[in-house]
Amino acid sequence: MLKKFLFSLIILLSLISPSWADLHIDITEGTFKPVEIAITPFDGGGDAALTQVASQISKVISNDLESCGLFKVVNPNAYIQNAREVMSHPRFPDWKILHAEALVGGLVKRNGQNFQVDFRLFDVFTESQLAGLSLETEPSNWRRVAHKIADEIYERITGDKGYFDTRIVYVAESGPEMSRKYSLAIMDQDGENHQFISTGNRRVLTPRMSPCRTKIAYVDFGANDKTPTLHIHNLATGQSDALGSVDGQRMSPRFSPKGDHIILSSANKGAASLYKMDLATKKFDRLTTATSTIDVSPCYSPDGSKIVYISDRGGKPQIYVRDASGGNETRISFSPGRYDNPVWSPRGDLIAFTRQNGGTFYIGVMGPDGSGERMLDTGYLLEGPTWSPNGREVMYTYQASSNAKVKLRSVDIVGFHKREVNIPGEGSYPTW
Amino acid sequence: MRLKISSLLATAALALSACDSCTDECLDASGQGALAAAEAAAAAEACVPGTVADFVDNVGDRVFFDFDRSTVRSDGMETLQRQAAWLNTYGNYVVTINGHCDKRGTTEYNLALGERRAHAAKEKLIAAGVDASRIKVVSYGKNRPIVEQDGSEWAYQQNRVAITVLD
Repeated sequence: MLKKFLFSLIILLSLISPSWADLHIDITEGTFKPVEIAITPFDGGGDAALTQVASQISKVISNDLESCGLFKVVNPNAYIQNAREVMSHPRFPDWKILHAEALVGGLVKRNGQNFQVDFRLFDVFTESQLAGLSLETEPSNWRRVAHKIADEIYERITGDKGYFDTRIVYVAESGPEMSRKYSLAIMDQDGENHQFISTGNRRVLTPRMSPCRTKIAYVDFGANDKTPTLHIHNLATGQSDALGSVDGQRMSPRFSPKGDHIILSSANKGAASLYKMDLATKKFDRLTTATSTIDVSPCYSPDGSKIVYISDRGGKPQIYVRDASGGNETRISFSPGRYDNPVWSPRGDLIAFTRQNGGTFYIGVMGPDGSGERMLDTGYLLEGPTWSPNGREVMYTYQASSNAKVKLRSVDIVGFHKREVNIPGEGSYPTW
Repeated sequence: MRLKISSLLATAALALSACDSCTDECLDASGQGALAAAEAAAAAEACVPGTVADFVDNVGDRVFFDFDRSTVRSDGMETLQRQAAWLNTYGNYVVTINGHCDKRGTTEYNLALGERRAHAAKEKLIAAGVDASRIKVVSYGKNRPIVEQDGSEWAYQQNRVAITVLD
């Protein structure tokens, strides 16, 4: 199901004298003002079909950039130049009057069977070009071209890699509580190109994407709904296979940073221990040997040197960190309540988690040493956080009240900008 | 629901003698139309010792737990003693104990907690003489509720449960 996307990519040289760009958003600041950006509707020349695609491309770019909360798109009704004019001679003083700090223009043309999309990003105040690219691809890829342009703009202005040209796997849920159906689904990060991976006839839980985003590890209760086993789904072949077995009920699988093994928990005789399983040899190694406590939800640090996990050895489930090779086990969560689903940021600097205290659920983050704990969102039921590949957003399961639909939500960890993720029905446990 | 023919015959014979107390009730119910007849049939099955209905209705298939706990309470202990006695009588059955949790928790931890509850029930059955090889456990955590959770404490309580299912 993974299509081959071939892009040719050419850097467009600046038409105007280069200067050091001032336009930069410091997203490590606690408070900031979104960058005001004017995105002119891309120009398709005289060709009707191209004109339509061109305008959709600029809409997707606008939607991507606004969704993350770091940008505010200047109202297009006020624009004083079209994309073609912006591409050749942007009148910066006029755009300054509109308070546009950044300016984008783009052209779409045919190149044989392919589309060629040229775009330029300008810093209005320094009157300089920040980025200029020419992307060529087959017409069906126009959305990905738009996401790649949004990624480029995001990266030039924030200094962090963009995450718009990415996909999300989650558990699509449907039906009443008593006969709930669960299926795996995959979609672009903005909810487009939604596809179901499994049919809903089997109980599937807690999917996790592999580091290369080619495989998904998850729990599958089997056709009889009585035999929970770990499965790996290969996104390229569409094939799902059961993993090997170890005593107990296997749960919470997660890939290692290199993708060569799975770390998991297995509940057996009233205790749950951590294991790792080599994907080549199918051999299991036991990592914790608790006889009465629950150790669950393990996750590696991005460099693979440490493991964060949940243990209730102190009474209630709390977050612990240990060396991947064993030893130096340290509890890092101490706020009232209970914790679950610790997930290490791809940047390594934070751990996202679910916290439950009384009747309230939170999604929060803390440093790997437990410092700087803060809550990002709260509500009736929140759980299962996952990080955007650049470590700037956390997506999670969100249910506003007992009767509300179960949805996916995403929050920017600096600006606290929250957005509901567009899914066709209900859903939980996203993996990015 | 595999039940060998031989034991069916045996329990049918037992039914006549062991279930006197409820026979009248079954007969009373049987005269009241089609719906009542169906209910009567179900009730009559419950009157047959050694059947699934007998186990569910007369012995009790459910052991309840306190919030976030997996300690078997005294009421659960009584149920498990009855289950063990019954299973020791009807040795042809194997069982699966399903562990469940209410929905006010997280999926991952509650899968483990459900297993711990089911295992706690299993241990009591073993202690009361049931062979360990006859008992499997599986946890559904919070993802397979037994009763709809409308926010009432009763509904949450019903889902903090280990259910012994005859296979």
